[in-house]
Amino acid sequence: MGEVSQISEFGKILIFLVTGIIMVCFAFFINRTLAPHKPNPEKLTSYECGEEVTGNAWLPFNSRFYVIALIFLLFDVEMVFIFPWATVFGSHEIGNYAPRWGVLTLIEMFIFLGILILGLAYVWIKGDLNWIKPNPVAPLTNTVVPKSAYETLNEEQSKYKVKEFTVPAGVSVPPGTSATVETPGTPGTVGTHGTVGTHETPQVRKAMFKPTFKKPGNEQ
Amino acid sequence: MSNDITSENGGVVITKMNDLLNWARLSSLWPLSFGIACCAIEFMGAFASTYDLDRYGVFPRPSARQADVIIIAGTVTFKMAERIKRLYEQMPEPKYVISMGSCSNCGGPYWQHGYHVVKGVDRVIPVDVYVQGCPPRPEALIGAILELQKKIEGESLIGA
Repeated sequence: MGEVSQISEFGKILIFLVTGIIMVCFAFFINRTLAPHKPNPEKLTSYECGEEVTGNAWLPFNSRFYVIALIFLLFDVEMVFIFPWATVFGSHEIGNYAPRWGVLTLIEMFIFLGILILGLAYVWIKGDLNWIKPNPVAPLTNTVVPKSAYETLNEEQSKYKVKEFTVPAGVSVPPGTSATVETPGTPGTVGTHGTVGTHETPQVRKAMFKPTFKKPGNEQ
Repeated sequence: MSNDITSENGGVVITKMNDLLNWARLSSLWPLSFGIACCAIEFMGAFASTYDLDRYGVFPRPSARQADVIIIAGTVTFKMAERIKRLYEQMPEPKYVISMGSCSNCGGPYWQHGYHVVKGVDRVIPVDVYVQGCPPRPEALIGAILELQKKIEGESLIGA
């Protein structure tokens, strides 16, 4: 067990890579040999959820995304650098050899981040982060109806009111529905279950909502 | 092919290539996630936790290129029939069709007066399994999947 390994750590990675490539190629080869091939023009068209294919897949893309992609790339690369740094930053093993290892690496990383943040500030000041918004023009039409006509119509219509629903006094309500139609003004006469039974031949009426429109002039 | 093979002490399993391929195919029947009408609600219910079609290896795929089976769940109108035909053509071989519900079986309630309904999806694409009901319960769809698995078990892909 004490022997020195013949394969270095990178050698193991090489074996891993070679095995992976062979496995993928083998899977593709098996797929090629076993899968039935029955191509036809319909099958070879692009899949567009069953719709007829129209136009080209190579569309012009909005150039506003170009700057965003560039800045994203900047910070993506930054992350790639920070991850390996974080694994050795607090290492006690290196810290035993060089006592100021931790402080030095921290300062170095801050310098690196500072340069990148400077770049972001530059982009910000230059106005590249501003999203250029389109300026749509609302279409105008020539019409003989003036705008004031709509306003007077709306004002006239706003005078109409919908009457609030109440159960009139003296009308008995079936006990099952009493809870839902109970009016806050007359709880004793209408809503209680005890009084319903004492009425002589209670005229059971279905509680229904009848909206009545009233003009402001003849409202009582 | 019997699935109850027990190999003690890490033995070797020997099987025929055809059986292995069929077993692999019937254990992962991927339907196209495609529903037309109310049967698709039952179709969705069959994938949900109560019935869990995933335990049969049935899992919906978003693209026809990855699908093995298309489940016609709903009323097939003439407008839709064109799309169904194209979707079916775009699926890779070997492909299967399950017709779910009365509408896709024979036109269902639109048999007589439905001027816009195809009287059975089998007039457009070949159907392997029909599921009766309006709409069929998820159990019925699971039954159709089992029926299709039986059909695949008897097939021979090599030399076909």
